[in-house]
Amino acid sequence: MSTVRVENITKTYEKGQVVALDNVSFEVKSGELFGLIGPDGAGKTSLFRILTTLLVPDAGKAEVAGLDVVKDLWEIRKLVGYMPGKFSLYQDLSIEENLNFFATVFNTTVEKNYYLIEEIYVQIEPFKHRLAGKLSGGMKQKLALCCALIHEPKVLFLDEPTTGVDPVSRKEFWDMLDRLKAKGITIVVSTPYMDEASRCDRIALIQKGKILELDTLEQIIERHAQNLYAVDADNRYGLMKDLRTNTEIVSAFAFGEVQHVTLPPQMSGESYLKNFLETKGHTGIKVKKVAPTIEDTFIKLMLENQ
Amino acid sequence: MAKSVIHTQGLTRKFGDFVAVNAITFDVQEGEIFGFLGANGAGKTTAMRILCGLLEPTSGQASVAGYDVYKQNEEIKKHIGYMSQKFSLYENLTVRENIQFFGGIYGLTRKELREKTDVLIERLGLNHEADKLVGSLPLGWKQKISFSVAILHRPKVVFLDEPTGGVDPITRRQFWDMIYEAAHEGITVFVTTHYMDEAEYCDRVSIMVDGTIAALDTPSGLKRQFNVNTMDEVFLQLARGAKRGE
Repeated sequence: MSTVRVENITKTYEKGQVVALDNVSFEVKSGELFGLIGPDGAGKTSLFRILTTLLVPDAGKAEVAGLDVVKDLWEIRKLVGYMPGKFSLYQDLSIEENLNFFATVFNTTVEKNYYLIEEIYVQIEPFKHRLAGKLSGGMKQKLALCCALIHEPKVLFLDEPTTGVDPVSRKEFWDMLDRLKAKGITIVVSTPYMDEASRCDRIALIQKGKILELDTLEQIIERHAQNLYAVDADNRYGLMKDLRTNTEIVSAFAFGEVQHVTLPPQMSGESYLKNFLETKGHTGIKVKKVAPTIEDTFIKLMLENQ
Repeated sequence: MAKSVIHTQGLTRKFGDFVAVNAITFDVQEGEIFGFLGANGAGKTTAMRILCGLLEPTSGQASVAGYDVYKQNEEIKKHIGYMSQKFSLYENLTVRENIQFFGGIYGLTRKELREKTDVLIERLGLNHEADKLVGSLPLGWKQKISFSVAILHRPKVVFLDEPTGGVDPITRRQFWDMIYEAAHEGITVFVTTHYMDEAEYCDRVSIMVDGTIAALDTPSGLKRQFNVNTMDEVFLQLARGAKRGE
């Protein structure tokens, strides 16, 4: 069963000049942890705003929990929790006041649904009298998640909850999402961090308003096999420059301490790249065939769609 | 031995009882790409504000480009560049206007401004966008322009506060190409990031935990020291030990 169904949604701004979403279709299954992976400006926020009934699409149809996002907006608002990318709680209310406020608006109490937020709330409870505007980024993020959960939503929409968050806090946040998923909540989450794709059941790679791919991480990577090599040499700056001048090379991008070099299929890269770099005078050359990561795949899809 | 462009000795900043930066000591060499990592709340921003001449330390010493952070903070501001994800450019000015505005603030002459603006627009491949409002451009372009503007006056050192957050994977790498170019031309780069693959691109990396510098070395040195294969694991080992909540 699908909890979210998006059919041919298009959204433009500035009288059609800016296309935020271009004929986008996908479904999110009930109980799924679904990731929208793409950079700033890909259209993720527009999509979230449409699905949470805050924005009306130009064309297409979308349903959440079987309800239409345009006709049934009041019903949907009771069923979904939304954590916007920009911190949107009341800065001049305390942690406790914000939480009580959201519970009251949804006609419920903190006590009734405390079971859902307990694990997260205990981390910020020692500061419950502090104003939301005075909280650090990580605490704001936890409070926003509590406020989005306090009315026991069926579907949770999280727009870039981990942007600007350090790697340790990011891992902890995803662990929290796993436990919410175990409680039966369907979760749609967006992120610009490609490494977080592995935490989702399925992902959609999105760029410039279009979905480039949609499937499990493993399937997407497999579908876009690449003849890929990790290359390193003593002079890394020179290495980068020289690789860019070689026209046989499809693409060369830095990946941590190595360059990921894509060659045409069938080409035997090890000897070819070694020889090429030797003629350029490089020392300490290392070439190794590697399997692509989701980030390699995203780059490949971006280049193909340019 | 290479010249140090940033020097700190026991640098400390307290806010009331809270010790945000606790006696940090380190040097950054000329032309180096120095990664300044740490968990949210570890004290990075406070340390960076001191080094940019925006905040006075409580105790300890620090100098940037040879200027003292207590007495010569106005000189520091003239000799550094700064960009962050939050503050970069004026959205309602065009690309050209932004370049000229910031160039003017950094004290470039009219003639220099005219020449440098054209060169920069050409180099960024923005000939068609030069007279468009910055607000209408994708984030990745804004960040590239913003970085170029931050080094327009050839500062001794440029401070980059999470310059690539949210940027697409190709633009993120093009941005690092620009960092390499700048460092190659002798500009010292002091950069914070939450992307651990970017930590690998730095010459040396420091990791702050609870206000102190818990580790400082080359990326390969750090991986050896912690006996792991990636900077991500180095970071996890150190930051997991943090006592200080955010």
